[in-house]
Amino acid sequence: MKRFLLVGLAVLLVLSVSVFAKVKIVYWQYYFETKVITVDELIKEFQKLYPDIEVEHVTFPYETFNEKVAASVPAGTGPDVVNLYYGWIPKYVTSGYLQPLPENEFSDEYFAKNFFSFVPKGVEFMGKRYALPTAVRSLALFWNKDLFKEARLDPERPPRTLQELVEMAKRLTKYDKQGNIVQAGLATQPSGQGHHWIREVLTRQFGGVPYNVDYTKVTYQNVPAALKFYTDLITVHKVGYPGFMNNDITAFTSQSAAMNIDGSFRIAALKKAGINFGVAELPEHNGIKSNFASFWANGITKNATGEKLDAAIKFIKFLSSDRVMEIWLEKVGELPANPSVAQKYYNDPVYGPFLKGLEYAHATMFVDEIAQRQVIMDAVDKVWLKGISPEQAFKESAEVEQRVLDNFWKSVGK
Amino acid sequence: MKLRHKKILTAYLFLLVPLTFFAFIRFYPMISAFYISFTDWNIISPVKNFVGLANYVKIFNDSVFRISLLNTLKYVAYGVPSVIVLSLILALLLNNITKLQGFYRLIYVMPYITPLVATSWVWRWMYQKPPTGIINNFLNMLGLPTRSFLMSTTEALPSIVVTTVWIEVGYCIIIFLAGLQSIPKEYLEAARVDGANRRQLLFKITIPLLNPVIVFLSVMQTIIFLRIFTQVYNMSDQGSGGPLNSTKPLVLYIYQKAFKSFDMGTATAATVILFLIILGITVVQLKVLNKKVEY
Repeated sequence: MKRFLLVGLAVLLVLSVSVFAKVKIVYWQYYFETKVITVDELIKEFQKLYPDIEVEHVTFPYETFNEKVAASVPAGTGPDVVNLYYGWIPKYVTSGYLQPLPENEFSDEYFAKNFFSFVPKGVEFMGKRYALPTAVRSLALFWNKDLFKEARLDPERPPRTLQELVEMAKRLTKYDKQGNIVQAGLATQPSGQGHHWIREVLTRQFGGVPYNVDYTKVTYQNVPAALKFYTDLITVHKVGYPGFMNNDITAFTSQSAAMNIDGSFRIAALKKAGINFGVAELPEHNGIKSNFASFWANGITKNATGEKLDAAIKFIKFLSSDRVMEIWLEKVGELPANPSVAQKYYNDPVYGPFLKGLEYAHATMFVDEIAQRQVIMDAVDKVWLKGISPEQAFKESAEVEQRVLDNFWKSVGK
Repeated sequence: MKLRHKKILTAYLFLLVPLTFFAFIRFYPMISAFYISFTDWNIISPVKNFVGLANYVKIFNDSVFRISLLNTLKYVAYGVPSVIVLSLILALLLNNITKLQGFYRLIYVMPYITPLVATSWVWRWMYQKPPTGIINNFLNMLGLPTRSFLMSTTEALPSIVVTTVWIEVGYCIIIFLAGLQSIPKEYLEAARVDGANRRQLLFKITIPLLNPVIVFLSVMQTIIFLRIFTQVYNMSDQGSGGPLNSTKPLVLYIYQKAFKSFDMGTATAATVILFLIILGITVVQLKVLNKKVEY
């Protein structure tokens, strides 16, 4: 009996030591079913690689993301690793929430080797880098092959330049007797992806840049031709208008819009809807190609210190490894953040155009994405609803946005 | 201890539960909102720096805040009289019907009991341009020019008012009917014997006696229109209160500042302003409208 007791105690001791020896880190992300399932599987794999680390996975609804995080900080119950939108990094850093990635672990070479060139810029704030993505998103042109056939256009040949885009859109637009659009040639929705297209793509194609290098000064107002091209689609060529069929996504999914510019995150929904669509790189202009990229990334919070910090570093490196990126594309449908992984999918008819777009993509550094989206929406509305000139509309928007930027940079003391 | 005292004590003991609840759920956040309006809190940061009246100066210099304030007043000015007059007329008509009264009442109250988000979206679709919008399709069929409705900076706000009136009328009718049925028939009969015509009956007897109901409904409807949010959020593109801020009410401004721009300081400052407006208007309404009528 005594011996049993002794053995039992010994076993208990060993067990408890091994439990204590395990480092536990907490990972937070918002709830998106495929992502949650995939991460659960990845955590199992990670724990096999590092048996002394345990990862607790916590999810919550997207809508409450910031409130949840906000509440966790004073309570001291926050995560060690958090998945956040790259555009929120400045806010989280200035609030004292994130810690910079240690430079010895995440050198310039590490970034150059593992990520597209817009990634290190996108996760940088005031000279330091804060997060690593698993996957990225970019824009492309979706076109409806059936509607192309109906308009006697080659269903396998999407427009390659902005000029072709306009010509084809005109042929694809249908009107009723009163001149109302019943089928849009190209959906135009600044509140969707349209504002990114205007800002990072059209502005550059018409010979300008949307902001200065560190995104502290607005400069798109110098190329009103970019806005004019967009609003001409609505007012001159009349191939679509904002709010047609409610929005661009509904219009394209219900086959009432023949073309749309949208993100890689739409692929799954369109496949499910059973639409005969194709995906092409965004049309070029003046020989200039451009694209907008965005991503969610994993950052380390100030909660993680000592052993936990080491574990957190291993975990985010794991989540950005080649293998995880491949699994991510397969399970979640988002694009790999590493060009060498992306290379393998370049000939994929659906993912290929998005991946090629990543090579020349820019990730806007937002300080207040909603406010910055609003100014572009307003610029378009001013032109097509109020008849204000694109020059004036772009100028007014730039002034409002500049104030948003100035207030932000003033608040962080730069 | 006397039994009476015991009873009182017991009553307070039971009251303590809802009182504590109210203190923590209602009053504590209210007071803390007042406090936050004097700070630069950004929702994530644990630090709240005291900034004095800076947030108030900031919002009054913000043209979007001024537009939202004006829009809110427009919602009240267009909405409240329309709801009260329309529901009073309908209630008077319904009061005369003896057959199927319950059925009609159900029909009118239907919009009110339907979830607001659902009604907003149905109206949003009805207001669409052809080929989806049923109203415009109808105009089209009659050969009349189509309208922009929610896509126009001048028509969008009235369009949302129409939807809200359509929703609120049902509730007001029910309250008016209850009020009408509580007017003693003797008064009307006595007046009729004295030779009063229908017009006089309405304006000299019925409406004055309905005054408490009218006051109650005006105050409630004013508050409802001052706090308008859900309809606008669901009926404008991406909940923006557009086009060009033309439909944005104060509450949406507050929501965007707080949960989109994370600027809790200015959001709570705007909340305090809205609170003062509601308080002011309600006090004035109660003073002006609440006249005792006795016969």
